[in-house]
Amino acid sequence: MLRVEHIYWLVGAFLLVAAAMDARVKRWSAAAFWTVAAMPFLFGEAILGAAQTGVRWPAQAMGIGLIALAVLAARGKVRTSEDAPDAQSRRRASAERLGNRLFVPALAIPLVTVVLVLGAGYMRWHSTPLIDPSQATLISLGLACVISLLIGLRITRAPFGESLAEGRRLLDALGWAALLPMVLATLGSVFAATGVGDAIAAIVGATIPSDNRIACLAAFALGMVVFTMIMGNAFAAFPVMMAGVGLPLLVLRHHASPAVLGSIGMLTGYCGTLLTPMAANFNIVPAVLLELPDQYGVIRAQWPTALILLAANFVLMWMLVFR
Amino acid sequence: MNALPLLGVAVVVAGFALRRNPVLVVIIAGIVSGVASGMGAGDLLALLGTSFASNRVLLLFTLTLPVIGLLERHGLRERAQAWIAGFRRLSLARLLISYLALRQLFSMFGLIDIAGHAQTVRPLIAPMSESAAERDVVLDEPARMRVRALAAATDNVGRFFGEDVFLAFGAVLLIQRFFESQGIHLEPFAIALWALPTAIAAFVIHALRIVWVQREIEHAKRDEPAAEASDAAR
Repeated sequence: MLRVEHIYWLVGAFLLVAAAMDARVKRWSAAAFWTVAAMPFLFGEAILGAAQTGVRWPAQAMGIGLIALAVLAARGKVRTSEDAPDAQSRRRASAERLGNRLFVPALAIPLVTVVLVLGAGYMRWHSTPLIDPSQATLISLGLACVISLLIGLRITRAPFGESLAEGRRLLDALGWAALLPMVLATLGSVFAATGVGDAIAAIVGATIPSDNRIACLAAFALGMVVFTMIMGNAFAAFPVMMAGVGLPLLVLRHHASPAVLGSIGMLTGYCGTLLTPMAANFNIVPAVLLELPDQYGVIRAQWPTALILLAANFVLMWMLVFR
Repeated sequence: MNALPLLGVAVVVAGFALRRNPVLVVIIAGIVSGVASGMGAGDLLALLGTSFASNRVLLLFTLTLPVIGLLERHGLRERAQAWIAGFRRLSLARLLISYLALRQLFSMFGLIDIAGHAQTVRPLIAPMSESAAERDVVLDEPARMRVRALAAATDNVGRFFGEDVFLAFGAVLLIQRFFESQGIHLEPFAIALWALPTAIAAFVIHALRIVWVQREIEHAKRDEPAAEASDAAR
């Protein structure tokens, strides 16, 4: 059976190849950075398994590795590779020659993912499913990347090594930004474990007039947004704000509908996700991917939508939640 | 209640405000929070290590890089621009609003990761948007960057405010499990249903903003004599 761990090994292998390519041109910090970054992918299951049985040194070693990554990230410089004019004309000529066939591999990533997700239940060898059903989407996405790479190599007639070199070029252009989402999620876990969430909920709960249901609703909505902005993730904010404000004050005291409050409350948190650099995979990584000069360029493009929608969500909750 | 771990939040805010390297800021914030809560070095390292390893799904998108890089080297972005330029009536607003609608609809059916910044925005949607915006006006560099950023923002809005309508999505199950643990039983269907009003509001608000940005870009260019000259030359 194909498990998500196998896809992670593939990611680890790609990172190691990128590191080797960096080492060959003597870019030592980049090589060290991607080597350490490959570790959770190659040994993640072993690290987590060992930690569960009480063997903590692999997790501690990973923790030291993470600190090393932070130091390497701070030393590294972001390099933007300038486009040579002949490379541009070569791309034009190639685009002309290959035409719409170039779209096939790009569109194959989503299409193959969908087909595999929908078909995962039917693909069996005797009675064992070929794709682990609990992680079908992620495994399908990984497989789709491999299949579309094969299609791409066939269409462009390029050697396999060229795709690895081009992949490394994009990876190095992303640099530390690629790793930022993982690092931020780690911070979220640390904040949860050290009681940051409880402290914030206690402060919000202590400062609002609890008799006024509109004030409670406003505190809940703003708390969701602000806490999501701090954690970079509405999922982390939800249990904290719900346990601190939503459940005791709005649901139990003012008889708010839990389904409406939960649903729109979560989406109010999403407005905060649009506003914060902490949600790096949505806001910072694309700014780097699209080579924007301003790393907050994507946030600048979406903050008006976020604020207007926040107001709309508040009005919706006000109208629907107390019914 | 121990308020000292909040120091970690202060480190994050200060670090981002001073534009220090975010990875370094975040790790220092984690260490500050851990130390302030009275955690020992061994516990803190183990917590950092296990959290880092268990969030490795967030780097899965790098698997798209070899094929996207290969296609870009062979002219994918140039081809995407030429393709859009062939549609005479497709404006920036029409392109991005259609993408927003598709992204929301697909997310509603749980097809969340079929699109994204690495898979679709960089190779296809951003160059297509530039090409569509360039049909009527000559884009200067800031306007070009604004169009690209708007394409990324549109992907975010479409994804976020579609996915919660999907029954099996993590957020819906998270809400359901939270209330279940408090002794309140909710059907996932009811939670997903109440995400619809916000989904519609998000579509309307962002679609209007796309139209607004397109107008701003067009007006800015009309006021410029250089753009007028090139219009006259045509």
